[in-house]
Amino acid sequence: MSEIKTFRLDGVAIEFKDGDTIMDAALRAGAYIPHLCHNPEFTPHGSCRVCLVEVSGRRVSACTQPAATGLDVDNSSGAIVEERRNLLQMLFVEGNHVCPGCEKSGACQLQAVAYYTGMLSPHYTHFFPQRSVDASHPDTMIDFNRCILCELCVRASRDIDRKHVFSISGRGIGSHLTINSPGGKLGDSTFAATDKAARVCPVGAILPKHRGYEQPIGERLYDRLPVSIVGDVAAHESGDQGDEHD
Amino acid sequence: MTDKIRVSTATLCGCFGCHMSLLDIDERILELVQLVEFDRSPITDIKTVGDCDIGLIEGGVANAENVEVLRDFRKHCKVLVAVGACAVNGGIPAMRNTFELKECLEEAYIDGIGVANPQIPNDPEIPMLLNKVHPIHEVVKVDYFLPGCPPSADAIWTFLTELIEGRPVSFPYEQIHYD
Repeated sequence: MSEIKTFRLDGVAIEFKDGDTIMDAALRAGAYIPHLCHNPEFTPHGSCRVCLVEVSGRRVSACTQPAATGLDVDNSSGAIVEERRNLLQMLFVEGNHVCPGCEKSGACQLQAVAYYTGMLSPHYTHFFPQRSVDASHPDTMIDFNRCILCELCVRASRDIDRKHVFSISGRGIGSHLTINSPGGKLGDSTFAATDKAARVCPVGAILPKHRGYEQPIGERLYDRLPVSIVGDVAAHESGDQGDEHD
Repeated sequence: MTDKIRVSTATLCGCFGCHMSLLDIDERILELVQLVEFDRSPITDIKTVGDCDIGLIEGGVANAENVEVLRDFRKHCKVLVAVGACAVNGGIPAMRNTFELKECLEEAYIDGIGVANPQIPNDPEIPMLLNKVHPIHEVVKVDYFLPGCPPSADAIWTFLTELIEGRPVSFPYEQIHYD
């Protein structure tokens, strides 16, 4: 007989099992902690920091912090929400996120989490980095302008597809997504549109070709309800989304 | 003179879509003009901005004239508002920032398909282009941001009515979007 273990999330008791992170337990209990690089199907990565919470006076990422009995976790105080919003603003200005010109708009988790935190402006000075678009693959395109380095495609390709198509190169602000192929292009890699890696991108960086703007404005994933209710975009990508070029 | 709230509006590097969205408030504009009087605006065709309570800026900053108009608005408006994606983050025009200005001009005026008598326009009346397109908050202090491409008429209405009534501005979920 093991007793039920709990911690408190914004004052509400959340049950957890041995080995759970704060995020695991919160997700199971239906409590929303904003996140981008976390996907329960993969090993936590803790890189986007959007899931930061305060535990005993320290900021930790909920997706990597083990749950423990009696923790008092602050997920929604003004200071936490503001810090999250700042992190999102930095993600926006570091890349080129032109929502009006992006097919993912309306079903983009970066956008949805930014809406959830009340982000109305990018606040910081834009980097306007010079990045490329890789349209060499017949079924899938990559727009590096939108990549937020969450490494979900890296993890999916490595752990599920067993292909190691993607990796992150460089350090600090020079970090960027690279493709493991002779020419560095997606077209000459072993990537296929049916891969798991094609269906985990939270933003519009990895997109299927031959379709676009299929959902009218007002009927897109996050048009009516917030991400806290709708859930992750990856959870809505069914297996047939990445169909082969016909 | 009246004691109505004075509002000026301008489009910098934008498409006038945000102004169209403002007009999309439809008959509510009758309610609005009970409360406000428009100073400089494409709606009045007044060309210079006087002292105003609210300045609504559509579009980003892409040339020397945009900088001048924006600074003039900041000087004359108590509250300056970035309206729409271009004012908020540069929007579609800022996609040229991926290229050198020279490349853009050459593509449009020298190497473009069907260009006759190729030359880059150089008339002194044409404002000089900036190397990059900037959101307006990179040039002046901005008090409020209203994102959207364009912000919906309902979002503009919510914003203006709450601001004029002196309430903290908050929007229903579906009124805020970046596209």
